Amino acid sequence: MATHSRRGRRVASRRSKPNLVLRRRVLTAALSLAFVSLSAGVFYRQIIETDFLQEQGALRYLRAAEIAARRGMITDRNGEPLAVSTPVETVSANPGKLLDDSAAVSALAGALDMDAERLRAKVIANKDRQFIYVKRRVTLSEAEAVKAVVAERKLEGIGFEKEYRRYYPGAEFFAHVIGFTDIEDRGQEGIELAYDDALKAEPGLHHVIRDGRGRVVQEVEQIRPPRPGTDLTLSLDRRLQFLAHRELAAAVKEHRAKAGTAVVLDVATGEVLAMVNQPSFNPNMDRSGGSEQRRNRALTDVMEPGSTMKPLVVAAALEKRLISPRTPIATAPGYYKVGRNTVRDVHNYGSLDVTGVITKSSNVGVVKIAQRMAYSDLWHIYDQVGFGHPTGVGFPGESGGLLRHYSNWRPFEHATMAFGYGLSVTALQLAQAYSVIAADGVKRPVTLVKRDAASLAALKGTSVLSPATARKVRAMMETVVSDKGTAAKAQITGYRAAGKTGTAKKAGKSGYRGRRYQSVFAGFVPAGQPRLVMVVMIDEPGGKSYYGGTVAAPVFQKVMQGALRLFNIPPDDPMPSMLLAHRESAQ
Amino acid sequence: MATSPFWADLDWNVRPTEQGLLRRIHIDAPLLLGLLVLCGFGLMVLYSAGDQNLATVERQLVRLGIAFGLMLLIAQIPPTTLRRWSLGIYGVGVVMLIAVLIIGEIGKGAQRWLDLGVVRFQPSELLKLAVPMTVAWLLSQRPLPPRLLGILLAMMLTLFPVVLIAKQPDLGTSLLVASAGILVLFIAGLSWRMIIGLAIAAGALAPLLWMGMHDYQRDRVMTFLNPESDPLGTGYHIIQSQIAIGSGGISGKGWLNGTQSHLEFLPERHTDFIFAVIGEEFGFTGIVALLGLYLFIIFRGLMIAARAESNYDRLLAGGLTLVFFVYLFVNTGMVTGLLPVVGVPLPLISYGGTSMVTLMAGFGMLMAIETHKSKK
Repeated sequence: MATHSRRGRRVASRRSKPNLVLRRRVLTAALSLAFVSLSAGVFYRQIIETDFLQEQGALRYLRAAEIAARRGMITDRNGEPLAVSTPVETVSANPGKLLDDSAAVSALAGALDMDAERLRAKVIANKDRQFIYVKRRVTLSEAEAVKAVVAERKLEGIGFEKEYRRYYPGAEFFAHVIGFTDIEDRGQEGIELAYDDALKAEPGLHHVIRDGRGRVVQEVEQIRPPRPGTDLTLSLDRRLQFLAHRELAAAVKEHRAKAGTAVVLDVATGEVLAMVNQPSFNPNMDRSGGSEQRRNRALTDVMEPGSTMKPLVVAAALEKRLISPRTPIATAPGYYKVGRNTVRDVHNYGSLDVTGVITKSSNVGVVKIAQRMAYSDLWHIYDQVGFGHPTGVGFPGESGGLLRHYSNWRPFEHATMAFGYGLSVTALQLAQAYSVIAADGVKRPVTLVKRDAASLAALKGTSVLSPATARKVRAMMETVVSDKGTAAKAQITGYRAAGKTGTAKKAGKSGYRGRRYQSVFAGFVPAGQPRLVMVVMIDEPGGKSYYGGTVAAPVFQKVMQGALRLFNIPPDDPMPSMLLAHRESAQ
Repeated sequence: MATSPFWADLDWNVRPTEQGLLRRIHIDAPLLLGLLVLCGFGLMVLYSAGDQNLATVERQLVRLGIAFGLMLLIAQIPPTTLRRWSLGIYGVGVVMLIAVLIIGEIGKGAQRWLDLGVVRFQPSELLKLAVPMTVAWLLSQRPLPPRLLGILLAMMLTLFPVVLIAKQPDLGTSLLVASAGILVLFIAGLSWRMIIGLAIAAGALAPLLWMGMHDYQRDRVMTFLNPESDPLGTGYHIIQSQIAIGSGGISGKGWLNGTQSHLEFLPERHTDFIFAVIGEEFGFTGIVALLGLYLFIIFRGLMIAARAESNYDRLLAGGLTLVFFVYLFVNTGMVTGLLPVVGVPLPLISYGGTSMVTLMAGFGMLMAIETHKSKK
């Protein structure tokens, strides 16, 4: 048994021995093969594929990112900000790092003026994420407060990103002129759109290293520095704009009007000093308001100017020496047939001189003056003061109005053109036309941008009327702003004002039959040597009174009274009490 | 110990004549040196991979201290004693595995840990040592190579805990435990016919097993075999780790300078994927040096097995060393993309305590086998 067993074992071991040597070799070979294949695998990745994999790695952490740049600021003529891009910070956090730190969440909420419970709920709801916005577009002082909290508590995972937010300190007072930008900081309306090329900032570009969680770790190189936009100074005066806005809004409200617009021009430079519209909107709030709120009516809407055209007709006739201020014009019996149509006055004014035609705003009178001229003479004066083509302020959506060429006129059109029907103008065009009379017959281009010294030196006007004619027309227009004229309510204590009212019936679907009016007053102060021109238009006053003299003229009076004080313009019409004082001191 | 059929004819199986101081306190100097260099390098890499957090390194240092202490303690136990304890340790391990499964059943979730009050313990780790010990014990009862009965018994001893661990479920550990049992069998002289037969049987059974599986189980197997089918999960790991390794080039980006690892693109960078950090920061040179270090430890282990006194010693030493190798190969193969993703840490370098303690205990056994030889 033992022998058998021993023999068997010997046989077994003899049989196994070559096998075992093989086995040892196989094992050694397997081990070596494993190590060689591992090394080869690593060799392949690190030596053969290294460029590709390094590039792949760089793709994962190297990113081109924009550097926020500031859009140009828009200011009024005195440097008061009207549209500013304020730097803001967006605060982000890694919720996981805040999850167990309730005190830190409260501190953060405190620094950002947020509800701590809501922030905590947000952190808990996003606990599996790596990134949440804590608050977007916070002010710099809030961001500083957050940074203080971070430093104090050694918080991790709080990130800051610099951005710019457009803010309009002018709010609804400047909304129509300034317009606004969209979320990408591109101009959408108004000056923001018209001067977008100059205002817009070019964001810089830099390569940054981002980690696996998308956070910027380090700036590698700046490819392009950020270029801030160019600042823009408007010709508008913030104080006057406020005043005009307030008075126009009050008048629109008082007369239950549909809309209103007002423009103030600087006579010497053609600069727009104020341009306001009703209704308005606040560009800082939601911009969902429709075109009714957002239109800059002073430029985009046209009206039939009505009687405000009469001084221009008289000016053209004076220039042609066809009449003088004293030339008698018969307006009796208060109506006048032109072909098959009839021109009517409100009253029968009997016999008037040319000045009286303006004072009383006689349609019959002005038609008779116009008939002394050729069609082309009337068309020429209208064309020369700027009707029928845009003013060139470069405002988006500006209308040029409508002035048909005289070759297409029929006799009755020639007549209606004289009292402001059959052509359409914008408020700005009307102001520009009146500034020609105010500036001794010189037409200067209007502008919304402030003229610098060089621009003022280069400013050239075109002479439309002789200074003498302009002076004569101004004297006639002064009579309108008197107790016997149609715009007694435009009188300003201490100053001589001049102007002309207009009450145009609005053309509807069925012609001029409806009782819808546009009440206009256009004028300037001081009348002797005018500095400011103002046009006020109230659209569809809903009350009993709808005359330009009663609806629009009071706005002119209030705004100009304030403007004269603002611009420190000396009185040219001493008050009776002042005259008394003078007399007393003389005695 | 009359016959030692496997390694007996090795030329370098020479009896050590020197009896130095370290040998008297049962320390194998070459193995200790290799382990110390490896762990030192591991701490350095961990400092970089763990966002230069010294606390991480300190915690790992404490674990290393405990593991080295345990290794030196086990080195004092004579292999004969280890052999006597083998079955007992195996029994305790299996009982604890069952306990874990029952607790897991109650807790309605995956359960790997056993809370013993003082320490939390992972019984599957114990089996990594208990299975090779028990199989070695079983096979050393009879002359080698083992007969069919011994082979079948050894297979059963191996597969029982493997199935229990796979049910936890912990695929990585069950794979390592299974390989431990099979490798001991292989060293014991499993005949080639048997090896080939088993391979064919496994190959034939696989389709049957596949047919019998539920859809979701098939999905799991597919994901396991083909990580590209889950590009945002395990596939993402693989792609990121290959980018990290490839970014290293020949000489690497330098210690603490790896972009992929430090910018948090590389997941699990201080645990299972730490090999990729080494690849990125130390390059091909560093990888080759590291593999050389591992190779040195493995060959020292095989040398200890080759000149062991008894069959038990030989089988246990060889088995433990080869399991260490499997550990290394599965992890590095996964990180380099040669093998599918299995959650196995890089031995002695990845952050984490459990596997390190087990591995060092195994090295303690190797030292015991080398230093407790009867003086003839």
